[in-house]
Amino acid sequence: MSLEIEMGMYIFMLAAFVGYRVISEVPPLLHTPLMSGTNAISGISLVGSLVVSGSDHGLLASILGFIAVTCATINVVGGFLMTDRMLKMFKKTP
Amino acid sequence: MRETAIELAYLAAAGLFILGLSGLSHPDRARRGILYAEIGMLLAVLGTLLHHDIVRYDWILAGLFLGSAIGVPMAYLVPMTAMPQRIALSHAGGALAATLVGVTEYMKMAPDIAPFTMFALGFEVLFGALTVTGSLMAFGKLQELITGVPITYKGQNAVNISLFIVAASIGIFLIFNPSQGVLFYILVGLALVLGVFFVMPIGGADMPTVISLLNSYAGLAGSATGFVLSNNVLIIAGALDGASGLILSIIMCKAMNRSFTNVIFGAFGQTATVAVETTTAPKAVVRSGTPFDAAQLFRQAKSVIVVPGYGMAVAQAQHAVRQLEVLLDQQKTSVKYAVHPVAGRMPGHMNVLLAEANVSYDRLIDMEEINPEFEHTDVCLVIGANDVVNPAAKTDPASPIYGMPILDVDRAKTVIVLKRSMNPGFAGIDNALFVCPNTMMVFGDAKATVTKIAEVLTALNGTGSAE
Repeated sequence: MSLEIEMGMYIFMLAAFVGYRVISEVPPLLHTPLMSGTNAISGISLVGSLVVSGSDHGLLASILGFIAVTCATINVVGGFLMTDRMLKMFKKTP
Repeated sequence: MRETAIELAYLAAAGLFILGLSGLSHPDRARRGILYAEIGMLLAVLGTLLHHDIVRYDWILAGLFLGSAIGVPMAYLVPMTAMPQRIALSHAGGALAATLVGVTEYMKMAPDIAPFTMFALGFEVLFGALTVTGSLMAFGKLQELITGVPITYKGQNAVNISLFIVAASIGIFLIFNPSQGVLFYILVGLALVLGVFFVMPIGGADMPTVISLLNSYAGLAGSATGFVLSNNVLIIAGALDGASGLILSIIMCKAMNRSFTNVIFGAFGQTATVAVETTTAPKAVVRSGTPFDAAQLFRQAKSVIVVPGYGMAVAQAQHAVRQLEVLLDQQKTSVKYAVHPVAGRMPGHMNVLLAEANVSYDRLIDMEEINPEFEHTDVCLVIGANDVVNPAAKTDPASPIYGMPILDVDRAKTVIVLKRSMNPGFAGIDNALFVCPNTMMVFGDAKATVTKIAEVLTALNGTGSAE
């Protein structure tokens, strides 16, 4: 197994543990914004889509990359704006 | 130099994502947290644009532009009641992006693909494609484009499991024979079919679990993409998303006292209808009242707990409920909301709706915390909730929901249940709460009823308008 894969596995494991701890702290009150927020964050697959659609491996790859960029952008832009729109509503009135 | 800049941008992004999610542990810090995550995303995207493989920007700009043009209006125009559908749709979008990246990477790398990379690719397209169609099915059910009732047939589970085994076997075969392109595309196709088949037998009331589970799959597919591309920030973001989805699914399952396997293979509606026939035998007396009777009770009450359910979302009654809360505040009655973890169609659904209607978040109380308070409560108002307040979950071992943790509303001095009619709820189970001696049923549209109660209460108290 290459060093890169091994490092990747360490990273995955640590990130999963950190994620488990951090997300366990989120109160049920905010579970919907959590879902929409993690969704926006997982739009990070945009990074992969960008490389695919910009690297000129033929028309088909470009078109598939374009669709992927579009979908991921919808999730990133829409997801973050929507999460913020929701969180703005959570107010405490004295 | 360029490589270092990209890697540093990714490192910063990963840190900011974790920081962002930890902000969600408190409503006061949550918005700042999301801002951190946004900055992280921006850094990651800018860093990626420096990537030496990127030689043209036309497709990229077109995709970014089109995605924003769709995403921005969607974020502002989708009503809060439609949030479950919107989330399901975004799971489909995210998974589609991951799947397409997987397919193009395969096209690019075949036929010489290292076994582990092929494993990650297979995992990515299997879970990615399955999540695409599964989420679209969930979207269809939530949007009521397809029936929310479980669609079942004989041998369904056997078909689904065999399909999954076939797909997984193809994936394993590909690890050792990565040049079999046809099989790779068959795997993608099978995964798409699997997504449809898996969600088909799952009913509307189980959607919170399914949406969480699909969230987790989308995250895992994202992580697999990270392994394929050797991109650490993708691995981290995917792991965070996967962990989040998994935790939420576990919470949802616990809140229904059911296992994953039961949710996925149980087809809830089916078992429930059988139970109904056996339990409907003794017809008990239902006490029904008018909004006027309800207003009288509210006027006398010193403490009120509101229990919202999916019916409140359907009737769009949250703003009317808030009006009633204002009136009760004015007469110095304490008002709280009891939120069951699976109330609604996704985790946290009721909280978002009530927050939108300006209910202060410190009044939205979780099940464990509020349950001891019911017995000291004068009036409990149940709006469109059914299974989560059904005492049968505690008393009737024959009930399909037996063992599910419920809100102990039957302990309140008086319970007012708003319901459209006596038809059993989604799960088709009779609710013993409706025939309790301290229960008063008020039939009709929840929004109209609550508005009417508020009007009568205003008139009784002579306090003028609710605003």
